[in-house]
Amino acid sequence: MEKFTVLEGVAAPLKLVNVDTDMIIPKQYLKTIKRTGLGTGLFSEMRYNEDGTENPGFVLNQPAYRNTKILVAGDNFGCGSSREHAPWALLDFGIRCVISTGFADIFYNNCFKNGILPIVVTQDQLDKLFDDAERGANATLTVDLAAQEIRGPDGGAIAFEIDPFRKRCLMEGLDDIGLTLEKETSITRFETTMETTRPWL
Amino acid sequence: MTNSASAPRTLYDKIFDDHVVERQDDGTCLLYIDRHLVHEVTSPQAFEGLRMTGRKVRAPHKTLAVVDHNVPTSDRSLPNPDPESAAQIAALAENVREFGIEYYDGFDRRQGIVHVVGPEQGFTLPGTTIVCGDSHTSTHGAFGALAHGIGTSEVEHVLATQTLIQKKARNMRVTVDGTLPDGVGAKDVVLAIIGTIGTAGGTGYVIEYAGEAIRSLSMEGRMTVCNMSIEGGARAGLVAPDEKAFAYFKDRPKSPKGADWDAAMRYWETLQSDPGAFFDSEIRLDGAALPPIVSWGTSPEDVISVEGLVPDPDLIADETKRSAKKRALAYMGLTAGTKITDIKVDRIFIGSCTNGRIEDLRQAAKVLVGHKVNGNVNAMVVPGSGLVKAQAEAEGLDKIFREAGFDWREPGCSMCLAMNPDRLSPEERCASTSNRNFEGRQGFKGRTHLVSPAMAAAAAVAGHFVDVRQWPFAG
Repeated sequence: MEKFTVLEGVAAPLKLVNVDTDMIIPKQYLKTIKRTGLGTGLFSEMRYNEDGTENPGFVLNQPAYRNTKILVAGDNFGCGSSREHAPWALLDFGIRCVISTGFADIFYNNCFKNGILPIVVTQDQLDKLFDDAERGANATLTVDLAAQEIRGPDGGAIAFEIDPFRKRCLMEGLDDIGLTLEKETSITRFETTMETTRPWL
Repeated sequence: MTNSASAPRTLYDKIFDDHVVERQDDGTCLLYIDRHLVHEVTSPQAFEGLRMTGRKVRAPHKTLAVVDHNVPTSDRSLPNPDPESAAQIAALAENVREFGIEYYDGFDRRQGIVHVVGPEQGFTLPGTTIVCGDSHTSTHGAFGALAHGIGTSEVEHVLATQTLIQKKARNMRVTVDGTLPDGVGAKDVVLAIIGTIGTAGGTGYVIEYAGEAIRSLSMEGRMTVCNMSIEGGARAGLVAPDEKAFAYFKDRPKSPKGADWDAAMRYWETLQSDPGAFFDSEIRLDGAALPPIVSWGTSPEDVISVEGLVPDPDLIADETKRSAKKRALAYMGLTAGTKITDIKVDRIFIGSCTNGRIEDLRQAAKVLVGHKVNGNVNAMVVPGSGLVKAQAEAEGLDKIFREAGFDWREPGCSMCLAMNPDRLSPEERCASTSNRNFEGRQGFKGRTHLVSPAMAAAAAVAGHFVDVRQWPFAG
C-alpha cells in the first residue's frame, strides 16, 4: 500500500448527501477480478450520458477537476454496500482523500486499506472547503496527515482527528495482514482455549 | 479480558469480549472470526492477494462459499449469457478448489443467497462472529450472532488470519413495543425504524432490537429486520436468541449435535443483555401503531405510510436536505402530494436476502390466492435458496405464484442489485421486497419502491400500491 504523508492538489466539490457505493461504482463494474482499472467507472451514472459520452455538467468532467486528488462531499458518504470497488475506483481515478461531515462505517474502513484518507469535518468547515473547492485549480488544498490538518489556499488550516493506529498504518503504508500474522501465537492460543470453552465451533 | 467483567453488559459487549484475541491500549482489538461466508463478487481479489503473498487460508473449514450475486435466475443448464459473470464464477470455483473451501455452486440444491444459506445450514450460530464481503451480513444478527459486512481487503485478512482488526462500536437499543397489526410485518418495522433514525442514524453503532413486537417475529422476520440494519447505518444488528432461535437450529446440517448441542445451549442461554446494561442510544417505537410502509425516494430513509402522500421537499428547512429530496423526487418521477396508493407500478420483485425466505413467499402467496397479476405489470419471484424453492414447491406456493402470473425463478440475488440479467429498464417502476432504493440500484434509471412481500403481491394484482390491511382489494 502506498504511504500517505502530505497530499496537495485540486479538490472537487460533490454537493450531495448520502452518496452511496452504487453511485460511486455501479454494479456492472463489480464483475472484475482485479483491483485496478475501475477509475473509468467512478460515478459512472452521473459522469456519462446514456450514449457513453461525458456529461459536461458533472464536476469531474470539468477541465479544472480532471486531476482531482481530493473529494469534498456531503454527509454520510459511502453508504450502502461493502464493495471495496468504491475506494478502488476513487484511487484509480487519482483521489486519495475524501472529506465529509460523515462516512458510512464499511466504506470508511475500506479507505484505510487502500491508502485513502477519509477526513471528518464539521458542517461549517465543510462549507468552507466547498467554497475553496469551487475555485478549482486556483485553490488547491494541502492535506498533511502527520500534522493532522487541511491547509486551504488562503492560509487557513483545519485540524482533524484520526485514530492513531490507522494514522500509523497509512503513514507507513503498513500491511495489516503482515502485522496480524506477527500475532500468530496469540491467535493459536485463543483457538486452543476456544476448543475447551466452545467446542461445538 | 475486560476490566469490568462484573458490570452489566449488553449482548454485543458479551459477544465482542468473548472474541478478543488481543487488545491494544488505544482500544484497537484483534477479534476472532468464527464463520466466514464468501461469494463470487467480493472475493477474487482477496484470493489473488493470498496467492501473490504466498499466504494460506488459516481455517478453511470456517469458511463457506456460495455463488449468488451474478448467477442467472433462468434455466441454469444453459450457458451463462454474461462472459464476465461466468469468469467471476469460474474464478470462485478455482479459488475454493485451490484453497480447500466448501462451495455450493449454481447446480447445488443448497445454493442461494449467502445470508439465506448460512442460517439454513446451521453455519450461522448464536454467539458467533460472522463476516462476509457483503453489507447485508447483518442479517445473521437475528440469531444473536455478531455479524457484519467487510471489504475485500478484510476478506483477505480473515482468510489469512481468521481475525479482524476492530474497534468496538457503541451500543444502540431499538425497542418496538406492542403487537403488530395484521398486514404489518418485519419489513414495515425495519423501514419505520430507518425512517426514524435516518440512513446514518446507526453509524458507529451495533443495534440490538428488543421489545414485544420483535420477540413475536419469526426467525425469518427477525432476519428481515437485522438485514436492513446497514440501511440505518449500523454495521450489525442483533436480537437476543431465545427458544425460537434455538429451535431453528435443531438438526440443521452444521448445527452442533449431542453433547455439543447441550454445551452450546448452556452458552446460548447467557446471550442477552444484562439488566441495567448501558446503551449509548435508545430508540422506542410503538409497533401497534405501525402501518404498511412504502419508500418514495432514493434513500431507505425516504419512507411513508401506504395511507400517506408523497412528501413535499419544499417544506424541509435545511437546504442540503431539501435539494437531496427534490433530486430524489425528480429521479423517481413523482410529484409531491400524490397519494401513495395512486402510484402505478410496472414491475414486482419478490426475493433478496431481505425477503426471499419461505415465510416471505408464504405471505406473498397468501395475498395472491385467487388473483391475477395486473395486465400492465411484470412480476417475478426469486426464492432465496434452492432449499427455500424446494420447500415452497412442496407447499404448492409456486403454483399460486404461477397461476397468478408471476415468473418463478432460480435462487440468487437477482434484481436486488441487478448484476445478473434481471434488471429494470430506465424509468420502470418496481415494487420490490429488496433493501435498497438507490439511484440505478435495480437498473440504470430504474425506480424502486421498498415494500413488504404482502404489499408487493397486492401491488402486483392492483397495478398500483394498495393498503394490504384492506385486502382482498375490490378495485
